Amino acid sequence: MTAIGVLQLGLWATVLTLLAWPLGAYMARVYRGEAKVAARVLGPIERAVYRFAGVRADEDMSWRRYATALLAFNVGGLVLVYLLQRLQGALPGNPESLPAVAPPVAWNTAVSFASNTNWQAYGGETTMSQLVAALGLTVQNFVSAATGMAVLVALARGFARRRAHGIGSFWVDLTRSTLYVLLPLALVLAPLLVSQGVPQTTAGHHVAAMLDVTAAPDGDAPAQVIAVGPVASQVAIKQLGTNGGGYYNANSAHPLENPTPLSNFLEALAILLIPAATCIAFGRLVVARRQGVALLATMWLLFVPFVALTLWQEQRGNPALDAAGADQTATSAQAGGNMEGKEVRHGIAASALWATATTAASNGSVNSMHDSYTPLGGLGPLALIGLGEVAFGGVGSGLYGLMLFAIVAVFLAGLMVGRTPELLGKKIEVREMKMASWGLVVPHLATLAGLALACVTAEGVAAVANPGPHGFSEALYGFASAANNNGSAFAGLDAAGPFYATALGVCMFVGRYWVILPVLAIAGALARKQAVPPSAGTLPTDGPMFVALLAGTVVLIGALTLLPALALGPIAEHLLP
Amino acid sequence: MSPVTPPMPDLARAEAPRAPATASRDRGPRVAHHARPVLDGQLVRRAARDALVKLDPRRLIKHPVMFVVAVGAAFTSVLAVHAALTGEGDAPVGFVAAIALWLWFTVLFGNFAEAVAEGRGKAQADALRQARRDVPARILAAPRGDAATREVASSALRPGDVVLVEAGEVIPCDGEIVEGVAAVDESAITGESAPVIRESGGDRSAVTGGTRVLSDALIVRVTTAPGQTFLDRMIGMVEGARRLKTPNELALDILLAALTLVFLLVTVTLLPFSRYAVAAAGAGAPVTLTVLVALLVCLIPTTIGGLLSAIGIAGMDRLVQANVIATSGRAVEAAGDVDVLLLDKTGTITFGNRQARALHPARGVSMATLAEAAVVASLGDDTPEGKSIVTLGTAHLGGVAPAPSGDARVVRFTAETRMSGVDLPDRVVRKGAADAIARQAGGALPADVRGRVDEVASGGATPLVVIDGARVLGVVALADVVKPGIRERFAELRRMGIRTVMITGDNPLTAAAIAADAGVDDFLAEATPEAKLAMIRDYQAAGHLVAMTGDGTNDAPALAQADVAVAMNSGTQAAKEAANMVDLDSSPTKLLDIVTVGKQMLITRGALTTFSVANDLAKYFAIVPAAFAGVYPQLGRLDVMGLHSPASAVMSAVIFNALIIVALIPLALRGIVVRPRPAVETLRRNLLVFGLGGVVLPFPVIKLIDLAVVGLGLVA
Repeated sequence: MTAIGVLQLGLWATVLTLLAWPLGAYMARVYRGEAKVAARVLGPIERAVYRFAGVRADEDMSWRRYATALLAFNVGGLVLVYLLQRLQGALPGNPESLPAVAPPVAWNTAVSFASNTNWQAYGGETTMSQLVAALGLTVQNFVSAATGMAVLVALARGFARRRAHGIGSFWVDLTRSTLYVLLPLALVLAPLLVSQGVPQTTAGHHVAAMLDVTAAPDGDAPAQVIAVGPVASQVAIKQLGTNGGGYYNANSAHPLENPTPLSNFLEALAILLIPAATCIAFGRLVVARRQGVALLATMWLLFVPFVALTLWQEQRGNPALDAAGADQTATSAQAGGNMEGKEVRHGIAASALWATATTAASNGSVNSMHDSYTPLGGLGPLALIGLGEVAFGGVGSGLYGLMLFAIVAVFLAGLMVGRTPELLGKKIEVREMKMASWGLVVPHLATLAGLALACVTAEGVAAVANPGPHGFSEALYGFASAANNNGSAFAGLDAAGPFYATALGVCMFVGRYWVILPVLAIAGALARKQAVPPSAGTLPTDGPMFVALLAGTVVLIGALTLLPALALGPIAEHLLP
Repeated sequence: MSPVTPPMPDLARAEAPRAPATASRDRGPRVAHHARPVLDGQLVRRAARDALVKLDPRRLIKHPVMFVVAVGAAFTSVLAVHAALTGEGDAPVGFVAAIALWLWFTVLFGNFAEAVAEGRGKAQADALRQARRDVPARILAAPRGDAATREVASSALRPGDVVLVEAGEVIPCDGEIVEGVAAVDESAITGESAPVIRESGGDRSAVTGGTRVLSDALIVRVTTAPGQTFLDRMIGMVEGARRLKTPNELALDILLAALTLVFLLVTVTLLPFSRYAVAAAGAGAPVTLTVLVALLVCLIPTTIGGLLSAIGIAGMDRLVQANVIATSGRAVEAAGDVDVLLLDKTGTITFGNRQARALHPARGVSMATLAEAAVVASLGDDTPEGKSIVTLGTAHLGGVAPAPSGDARVVRFTAETRMSGVDLPDRVVRKGAADAIARQAGGALPADVRGRVDEVASGGATPLVVIDGARVLGVVALADVVKPGIRERFAELRRMGIRTVMITGDNPLTAAAIAADAGVDDFLAEATPEAKLAMIRDYQAAGHLVAMTGDGTNDAPALAQADVAVAMNSGTQAAKEAANMVDLDSSPTKLLDIVTVGKQMLITRGALTTFSVANDLAKYFAIVPAAFAGVYPQLGRLDVMGLHSPASAVMSAVIFNALIIVALIPLALRGIVVRPRPAVETLRRNLLVFGLGGVVLPFPVIKLIDLAVVGLGLVA
């Protein structure tokens, strides 16, 4: 690890934590309906939305009703995105006259954007018309993120309420998340990105004459098509909403998505900003501020070792190149380390930091190609996904996922201190354990089952680009990314074929909604309970002991599930003779 | 208190506060009788036989984790037979057969643990059955001793029947005494040989079927149908026959099932993964089915799965050892959660009678003068209070009791005079209430004595003024004496996060003083049944779990409302029915032991689950390199234990997995030590021992097993 690496990590982490505090406090006020200043501006719009949608803002939904509304909304969005893609050839807003998207890829993309995964089995600028991008994908970028935040808020209410039947209104939580949190932040970030050179236009693609005509094979006057469009706005929300689906196929490695070091820093901040802030917001919503801090500390504790691992491995470079006599040390003239698949303008530190941040956050946007990382360097991102996207994780989803781990951790810990386990004063009993187990197990099941299927089908094996354990890592990464709703690709995997498009789509769907439903069921069960007053016999869940226990539980469950697969992938590759 | 009531064991405990604490450190709650070793020869033989019987699939399916092991064992057995018959298989016959054998051992060891736990209760159940045997009963036509009788078998009795039981006869059924007083031998259920007095009316009117009337005769109304009596419940409990899973056990089952499901998928998918790896590497062979089954069994939480029911049965057994009968395991577990204890002052916190605590001489009177007069005034007073004044006064006189000369006439205490004393030929000595003595003194008390009287009263004690002739000598302070050691006990409870509330009929002033003395957190003075009930409801509404003890009929509503309610066996039928536990020793401090047993059950389960899961890491390090040795030999670098060969590595992990169940049986039966300390410290310690220990321990042990297996030539 170089000094610049440590410095970047430190600066980024400091600014992130400093921003998370006020944003989290603001979010808590928003969900409580106490954000007075913002409501003066946005309140009329919010009320207009409810009137237009015919929603009663004061409805207190049972968890079943909440879940039904959420599923209806998400499945509706999924169907809409699917139809837009299938009909895009006949619809306006298609200056490049792109044809209809094939059914498997259309399904894959529809699930991917509805579930906040944003896995892209297609090249963005060459597949989707502007209409599909705007009405389908960008809308989902907002509402899929808002869905995750809504679920977390409902869970917070479950902890905070006593003997209550309702967990709030999905429509209100959805609207407030979008209107008060995501839109304003995107409105701040997009102009900043434009100032750094990211395009924001509705015009068609640019055609430029090439300066070096020798590059054209047939000697004709060559022209280069430069795709532009409403890039800045989409990039802003793709980072803030932990979506990650880029405007360009090359994602944030593309110079028009991420032109400067400052744009890189801002986008990397945006990736983890809301997930970090939700910890603070959650602590305030459950009236246990220290709990929020403890959860944020747990996330950092899980995150930092993997950043360090990846930074260290990438900076160390490829031992085979050392043997060949290449100089991989970092000097003022070169970044050193393993630069394959990385942008020279970003270098090792900014790439490794981004790679771990984007996988920690179920974001999935990339500014370098993870497939080209060293085996252990690539293990960092893969592990952060495999742990279940809870070290930060997606907006809302990361923290509600971590709370599932907290329930299991507290259950074991509670038994070990001789009391029926409690979390934030609520007893953890049979129903909570059942639901938490489902929520934790299902993404792992989807990953392993999907990967096993890929290993035994001809198409599954054929789509893998690399031989040996590395090829296995590519498929493993793909399924882990889909089942945990990350959406980043290791690359090297041809995922546009019918098998992968369909199977990964199923993984994304199951990995999203089979976690959300148990979380809402837990919220409903917790809301009905009376709170147990704390005493010396209560295990405090806001101290270092709990932070260590929770992080340990996450690592242990992840390790026990993935160790054999990791041994056949990155570990075998790393140990190759 | 009746003179024949057995000595209260809690007194012994209170007088030697350190002794029970060390005892409970060794063996959990104090064992009142039948102290036994954890295992003995006969028990082990019987359990070994039962372990085979428990292989019945209908029984195994109730323990999902062990069921999976049994299926794995059967599957590898088939593989072994197939390999032996056809000469072809995915691994050498000897290896497959050895793995199959050890998997069967794993199941048997789990069964054995359960059988041992049950066996410990069975001997006691057999003894109880002796007491329950059918006896003749004489039904009275009317509830009078002279009514006509008709003889039936005790099993034919119905609630409402009235029976006559005479000296030497066994009481045929649980019931309420309608008429009579008798000494009853209850040793069959309590193990206590001293007889107890049972009489109609009041709080000692309940009798238990199977106990024996020693003197006189009783007319008893049957209250319970045969088959549902106290003895039946007790037998059911010690045998674990009607053991329903407790809520925490169910929640733990879910976690174990989820882990089993995950590991099932991890191992099942390993087959296609390894096929892919073989194709990609172009070397080696896919992982064998035998190794996959071995890996599965090693990964799923067999340690806790095998010991789970043993822990529950042993916990209930410990309660029986402490002479407590619980109606359900649920109640015992709830006891571990209790955070408010309501304790009766009398008998639990104090000795139950007021004793002389201090002498306060009046101005100008020497201590010796006051002490001498106080002793003289109490010489004829054989109440505990009087005796205590003699003891205290004599101590002040240097141990020499004054012996007044001449004829002494004892003046007893009456409600009218409200004083007592002695008339000697030359003097008249009295002690009594301040206003009564003032009248005796012919007017007012001296100002300093009056001040002292108020001071003593406001401190919660009772002031007695001593007068010799017309001279007011001073004040004797009588107070409830808090049992020694009880304060420390409450401090322990506070460290565990349990609030203690003292219930007393005393006035608030006295109650406050005793509460402060005993170190309870709160008190309820001038307690009425309604006030008790309201207090429990208030605590529950605030989310607390409340435990209380009681014996009287007027305790019944509060007992029914409390989450954990312990009735004294000496108490009324109403109290026993309202409670969810009955303490055979009728010891008011038993609640503290019950809380410990409840906590112990949870802690043991939690610790062994953590240990079980933590073990998996080492097993991965043993099996994964072995399973893929042919495909990716470089994974051998993960074998940090340096095991002999892939076959010995897999074998050692499986053997470790089986033996650890046996090794932990004593711990599961004894339960993990519960010490009073805050939750964080308990967790830190248990995480260190069972979490970290669980990660580290298997490495050296598997290595040792590997050396042994290779040394004995069991594998190549």
